[in-house]
Amino acid sequence: MSESVAAEHDYIGLSMEAAQMSDNKTKTRDNNNNKNDDVLNFKATELRLGLPGSESPERVDQRFLSLKSSCPVSGAKRVFSDAINGSTKWVFSPGSATDVKDIKPAVPVKEKKSSAAAAPPASKAQVVGWPPIRSFRKNTMASSQSQKQGGGDNNNSETEGEAKSGAEPCLYVKVSMEGAPYLRKIDLKTYKSYVELSSALEEMFSCFTIGQFGSHGGCGRDGLNESRLTDLLRGSEYVVTYEDKDSDWMLVGDVPWEMFICSCKKLRIMKSSEAIGLAPRVMEKCRSRN
Amino acid sequence: MDLRLPSKVLEHIFSFVDSNEDRNSVSLVCKSWFETERLTRKRVFVRNCYAVTPAAVARRFPEMRSLTLKGKPHFADYNLVPDGWGGYAWPWIEAMAEKSPALEELRLKRMVVTDECLEKIAASFKEFKALVLTSCEGFSTDGLAAIAVACRNLRELELRECIVEDLGGDWLSYFPETLTSLVSLDFSCLDSEVKLSDLELLVSRSPNLKSLKLNRDVSLDALGSLLRLAPQLVELGTGSFSDKLDQEAVSKLSQAFTELKELKSLSGLWDVLPEYIPLLYSVCPGLTSLNLSYATVQMPDLVELLSRCSNLQKLWVMDLIEDKGLEAVASSCKELRELRVFPSGADVDETNVALTEQGLVSVSEACPNLESVLYFCAQFTNEALVTIARNRPNLKCVRLCVMEPFAPDHKTQQPLDEGFKAIVEGCKGLQRLSVSGLLTDKAFEYIGTHGKKLRMLSIAFAGDSDLMLHHLLSGCESLNKLEIRDCPFGDTALLENAAKLETMRSLWMSSCGVSFGACKLLSQKMPKLNVEVIDEHPLKTRPDSSPVEKIYIYRTLAGPRLDMPEFVWTIHKNPEIGVSNLAIE
Repeated sequence: MSESVAAEHDYIGLSMEAAQMSDNKTKTRDNNNNKNDDVLNFKATELRLGLPGSESPERVDQRFLSLKSSCPVSGAKRVFSDAINGSTKWVFSPGSATDVKDIKPAVPVKEKKSSAAAAPPASKAQVVGWPPIRSFRKNTMASSQSQKQGGGDNNNSETEGEAKSGAEPCLYVKVSMEGAPYLRKIDLKTYKSYVELSSALEEMFSCFTIGQFGSHGGCGRDGLNESRLTDLLRGSEYVVTYEDKDSDWMLVGDVPWEMFICSCKKLRIMKSSEAIGLAPRVMEKCRSRN
Repeated sequence: MDLRLPSKVLEHIFSFVDSNEDRNSVSLVCKSWFETERLTRKRVFVRNCYAVTPAAVARRFPEMRSLTLKGKPHFADYNLVPDGWGGYAWPWIEAMAEKSPALEELRLKRMVVTDECLEKIAASFKEFKALVLTSCEGFSTDGLAAIAVACRNLRELELRECIVEDLGGDWLSYFPETLTSLVSLDFSCLDSEVKLSDLELLVSRSPNLKSLKLNRDVSLDALGSLLRLAPQLVELGTGSFSDKLDQEAVSKLSQAFTELKELKSLSGLWDVLPEYIPLLYSVCPGLTSLNLSYATVQMPDLVELLSRCSNLQKLWVMDLIEDKGLEAVASSCKELRELRVFPSGADVDETNVALTEQGLVSVSEACPNLESVLYFCAQFTNEALVTIARNRPNLKCVRLCVMEPFAPDHKTQQPLDEGFKAIVEGCKGLQRLSVSGLLTDKAFEYIGTHGKKLRMLSIAFAGDSDLMLHHLLSGCESLNKLEIRDCPFGDTALLENAAKLETMRSLWMSSCGVSFGACKLLSQKMPKLNVEVIDEHPLKTRPDSSPVEKIYIYRTLAGPRLDMPEFVWTIHKNPEIGVSNLAIE
């Protein structure tokens, strides 16, 4: 990952270091920071401190635009967006892989629909953690709004189980990961394919590991098919496994998606070294099914 | 001549010392007072779980019966702390299970609590009575079932805005028939439906039940039957308030409300339909606390409701109340002490523009006991702040959130420096302040000069330079918690005021201009601090001049923590110490 790529995704406000302070303000920075100017010089986030009121609407909007583009909602998702930008570390970046330049935050739960568009209108910028409203409140308000709209996008929500489930039954399964201090729960019905599932898992658990997935270049535009997925899974440090109806632990990706969601009871992300023993059993099962 | 009081006498005297602040002072007088105090302290508050080790706490306070812990920094509420940062309850629970098995109460805030933790609590503390989890996460309803089934003397089970893996409503049925001690039950943050019959049985065998906060899934009909079973309730959180009821059901419900003679606090009211608001009228005169912050009620209905609440001390409401509604509050709720106005929309653009600074001004004028304010608003003026300060010098907590960052005084286009100056100058007892809007370094000079009692300060998108931080750290004598985001600091003020940081509980800075080198230097200079650099995008090599995303600095006796995830760096970091090894499966 080149430094400049990292810099583009640097945190908001960093540009203040690179900013050209107006002459009538005292500059008390130490000189070290000026060395950053080359690396961190992105005009879009330039903080110019002219007199209040001058240039302010434009200034605010520019800042928000860049804030918006570089700051997805949660920490975990930022790692994911790095993946989108061509890092060789992550392989599973469907959906967004089609659009490398436009880093959309994975749609955070309750963003306004309009701001999920490719180019956010200047005045509607979303900044991480601003306004300072607790996520619990945001999610609660949003789900009551969407209920009022008659259903809405409840299942678009993050998978920590905060959203009120819709009328159709949900297929909640626990997802645990080796080495992670707590587990998550996801609704399998919100995903349509292994690809979606894996990207969601990646997001959820990326905070616990820097992905060591093998770099298989050229991940297909339309997503990976199932066998390719399992190849990749097997090549990486972590594998996703699941416990099926017979209480056997299987590797995710071997059976067609529909069959998978019907039989999956639990998911577990484990180190590939631990999962080696699973492969033969999978083959046996497949044979017995055929 | 030995003038020391015998320890029995000391013990007796100390038993009257309730406040922990006082107890802390007592313990500093001399060794024998320290000893006696520590042997008699029952309620222990650890406001930063990483400031001290569980073992040290257990060792010092062998008679501890109640433990309160706080984990993540406050800005975690706004998604600024990445998942996996820390705040795990497990080490504490494990240690207390072994060393303080007589523990009765556990109150945790912003911590990661797993099902394993809950199971351990259930298995280890025979006299366990109270579990209060605020803004916690990491557990499922299975863990709740474990608590329900095992804690025979349970009095309080409260889940306040927790993120719970909701696997269904069965957990409630695990309370044994023999459990009759319940005083408080709050499951308002859960999603799924609990069986009404289980709930009714539980309520009817809990004669001491004083506080019941239902989740959204509990229907209006169900509410009626529950209220009839528990007319002694002092605190009620309703479920959804929007089912269509027939006339008979409505009048029965109305009757049930009338029977709530002791009710002082009302909350919930999710999705409340306007036609049901009159159901609440009978309880209004007795209410001291009303949380309408999830009730999408329009101003006229709010006015009708609030004008009947003459004893109200605490009001949480949304900006749907508008200035007119707040004027009504001002004239009806003379006992008001705390006001919080939340935005009804998630965005700056969705803010209700009929709520302006004028609403707060009216309340400050007319409510003599007003001490705590949280106010989200589209814009503000210096004049309003000056007026508020003049009206209400007894304010202790002012949290103003002007929704649009850098918004100046909308009448004069000036920064809000003068307004906040008036607040800190006029409100001499001010302990907590959150500022917003356009602010220059001058504002912070004022805060540093006048905010002598200020303990907690939150700042976002403000200031011009390092001077801002310098003013605060050198001026605010009582400063205990400082949290800053998106302000243009460099390293100078931080390093110059390093000593101050040991007198504070914590400092959070994100998206400021602090360099990695400064963090290293600070860590070297100040061994009693943990200087955590939180950086989800570390460069492969970290030059000293590189800026860091976030820093969290806190004083600690416990040294470096052993559960740092990969994206947290401290000077002690050893590559082998990485992800927490608290896997539960």
